[in-house]
Order: sequence, then structure tokens, then C-alpha cells
Amino acid sequence: MANEAKKDAAKTGVTGTTRVKRGMADMLKGGVIMDVVNVEQAKIAEDSGAIAVMALERVPADIRAQGGVARMSDPDMIDEIIKAVSIPVMAKARIGHFVEAQVIQSLGVDYIDESEVLTPADYFHHIDKWQFTVPFVCGATNLGEALRRINEGAAMIRSKGEAGTGDVSNATMHIRTIKSEIRKLSSMSKDELYVAAKELQAPYDLVCEVAETGALPVVLFTAGGIATPADAAMMMQLGADGVFVGSGIFKSGDPVKRANAIVQATLHFDNPDEIAKATRGLGEAMVGINVADIPAPHRLAERGW
Amino acid sequence: MSPVIGVLAIQGDVREHAHCLTELGAQVRLVKTAEQLVGLAGLVIPGGESTTMSILAVKNQLIEPLRELRAQIPMYGSCAGLIMLANTITDGRSDQQTIGGLDICAKRNAFGRQVDSFEIDLKIPAIGEPDFHAIFIRAPLVESASDAVEVLAAIPGERSLTGSEQIVAVRQGNLMATSFHPEITSDLRIHKYFVEMVRSA
Repeated sequence: MANEAKKDAAKTGVTGTTRVKRGMADMLKGGVIMDVVNVEQAKIAEDSGAIAVMALERVPADIRAQGGVARMSDPDMIDEIIKAVSIPVMAKARIGHFVEAQVIQSLGVDYIDESEVLTPADYFHHIDKWQFTVPFVCGATNLGEALRRINEGAAMIRSKGEAGTGDVSNATMHIRTIKSEIRKLSSMSKDELYVAAKELQAPYDLVCEVAETGALPVVLFTAGGIATPADAAMMMQLGADGVFVGSGIFKSGDPVKRANAIVQATLHFDNPDEIAKATRGLGEAMVGINVADIPAPHRLAERGW
Repeated sequence: MSPVIGVLAIQGDVREHAHCLTELGAQVRLVKTAEQLVGLAGLVIPGGESTTMSILAVKNQLIEPLRELRAQIPMYGSCAGLIMLANTITDGRSDQQTIGGLDICAKRNAFGRQVDSFEIDLKIPAIGEPDFHAIFIRAPLVESASDAVEVLAAIPGERSLTGSEQIVAVRQGNLMATSFHPEITSDLRIHKYFVEMVRSA
């Protein structure tokens, strides 16, 4: 497309606005975003009814098992996945690694996940996401963290959970925490919001906005440890707008069946008969690790500040 | 009696459409199953991902009932909904099924990927002045439309990046569709136009 034409934005339209970034996440609502490491998995995900795929080199369970530094994926691999599916493609950049993010944006990825699953590149700063045309999703364990990410330009939030475990307990804790902190803010009087902002370590204006609307200003998904249809449906019943499933699908006995089942359970999250139907004959779930058995320094959810 | 208007709730920005319709005094029903289609006076197919919506509509036995219904009640589709109502699509999966009904050819992601999503002011004579601030997200385009189709809005050639006119809102009888998302703005005029279609159907 002609760059000259793009310059005259008022005439031909404006790209990269907050509204198109946040709006893109609105279109993903009610959906399942699946981690995939190759074209074959991406196609299984699309066929099952996934709303988007996350292209990455290793699923979190393998990153955990193999150790070492986990980085952005190979651009060739991301390109292949973009070519192979018609649904949106997301990719992960390391926390604070703005150049990885620039590279991913240049590949034409639809959403960037600044993710604690990869090894952080900066232990103080997250990426200044306002500098990008592509939207970002970021993880959060509580409301303060979510609002700090939104303040840096995140257009979508996912609760973190504990990736690569198949243990849903942290995902539950994080979505419950975020939702309950929002409810608390809504019940406060105006003059209490100053201290609330201080305690949440979040910008006052965003705190006021949440208190007034009773919701985050962006879409809220959950992630980390979701391995079964019932896990996904529980996240939806707890008020998530959708779910990310990482290792849970392609580390299970029958990925095709499980992918389909998790999508169906997310769609019919409030219908136990449908969830039961989706849960039948799935074969083995991923083996999983109890979060409590992981030494604290190895917990991914604690990355991010 | 206010009409009961359904919003297809397979996936997408269902809540936003439901909010617009409620503001306009309609009763809203979220639809996930064929049984829930019974008794509707109109149906909105929301924004979302058309590939996913189509796959899940097939899996949940909704395509056939929706095809039958489109001849009976007014339907409005935004973005993915426009694709669902198109008789033919290009740049979709070869097996992508639609509800159809609009005699148009819709091109998926016609403006590019997410980085190319944009906002622009549009003239839409059917809803009057002022211009409508339209949000396009990985949006489709009406590549061609038969004579039976009324063009409600187009990005004029001198304002489009391709230099030629781009059709972005259409109506044919009881069916209407927009490439853009009025539901994520606070301007209710497009929904009002649709609710009036439902009331007068």
C-alpha cells in the first residue's frame, strides 16, 4: 500500500488507535486461543474452532522441562503459521524486549503477548506498548498489575495462572483476585479511591474508571494451567471473556478431540450437559505438575512487575 | 410490545450488540442453539472471527436453521456477520460455510492484518447527518454486489488506499450488513435503522 496515501490519515483513516487495538480483543471474546508450535498444530486448532493461535517455539510445559533461556520464535516459523491459517495469529515477546516486539510487528502478527512464559529481558521495565501499531496482551495476577499494564498500553489482559503445569489453581486465584478487587473498587466512595490507587500501585485515573464502570477497560482472558473442558468452563463462569490454552491440548493424549472439547465447553460454559458431553472419551489429559511442588523461583507467574 | 431480537452468541462482541439493542428498547436474547431461534423478530450476527463462527455454527447444527430463518426475519451482520450473510466469499477457507442471503461477494481481511485496522468518518445517507465514525478491524469488504443490493455506504475512491471505491455497508430486503463495527462506538444510528427494519417487517 502506498505510504504517501497513509500519511494523509484524516482522509484515509487512522490505524493503531486504542479503539482498534481494544476492539480487536472484543472480537476474540468467547473464544479459545491455543498455543501451537507448527503448522500442523495450527491447523488442528483452527479446525477445532479456536479463535486465534499463539505461535511459539516450545509450549510452556517443554520450556519448564528443558530449562534454558526462552525467547521469541523464529520468524520463518511464525510466517508459516500466518500462511497456514485464516484466524488471527499471536506471538510472544519477552517482558521488556521491545526489539523482539518490533520484529514480531514487522511480521504482520495480529497481537503480541508480552509474556512471563519467556525469560524476561528487563527486570524493571515492561515494553512501552503505546509505541506500536499492533496491539498487546499482557499477563496479570491482580488488578494493580493489570492496570499498570494497561497504563503502558496493553489492549487486552489475561490472568497469568501458572503456565505449563496443567494445574488450574493459580488461574482460578488470579481471575478471582482481579474480579474481586474490581468489585471492591466499585463499592468505594470517591474519596477512598486515592488510597486505593496507592495500594494497588496503579494510576489514579484508571482506578477511577474501573470504580465507575465496574469492569476493566479492556478484555480479560484467563491463562495458565487450563487442561480440561471443565477448567475452561469454570474460567468462563468466573467471568473471563475467553481462555488461552497452552500445553493442555498438545501435551494430551488426543489433541484433536481435546481441542474440540475445550472449544465446545467454552461456548456452552453455563450448560453442564454440554460440558459433560465434551468431556467424554477424551483420553489422557496432560500429566501436569502441582503448582505447590514448584519451587518459588521457578514459578512463571511471579515474573512481571 | 418491544420485539425480541436475538444476538448470535457463538463468539465475538455479543455483549456490545446486546447493549445497543437494549438501549433502543428491544428485548434481547442470546442465541447458542437452534431452539433459541424460535420466536425471534430479528437477529444480529456480531463481529468476531468469521472462520471460527462458521466452524462452530456447523458443529452446533445452526447453519441450516439460520438459512431457513434468513428468509423470514430481518438480520444484521457486522464484520464477521457480513461474511456470514454473504452468498460468496474470497480469501476464506475453501470449506467456509455461510448463511448467505446477500447477493454479494465479500473479501475477508480486505484491508490487511490487524496493524492495518483503522477508523474513518463515513457518509451514510440512510441514517442521515452527521458522518458516522466507523471502526474497521481486520475488516471484510464487499467486492461486488448484484443489482438487487442497495449500497448503504462506501469509502469513496479519493479516500481509499486503493484509489477505488470500497463498499462497506449494504442492504438487500430484510438483510443488512456492515464491514465496520457500530457496536463498539456510542453512535446507535445503525442499530436504530435495523430495529426499525425489524419493527416494520
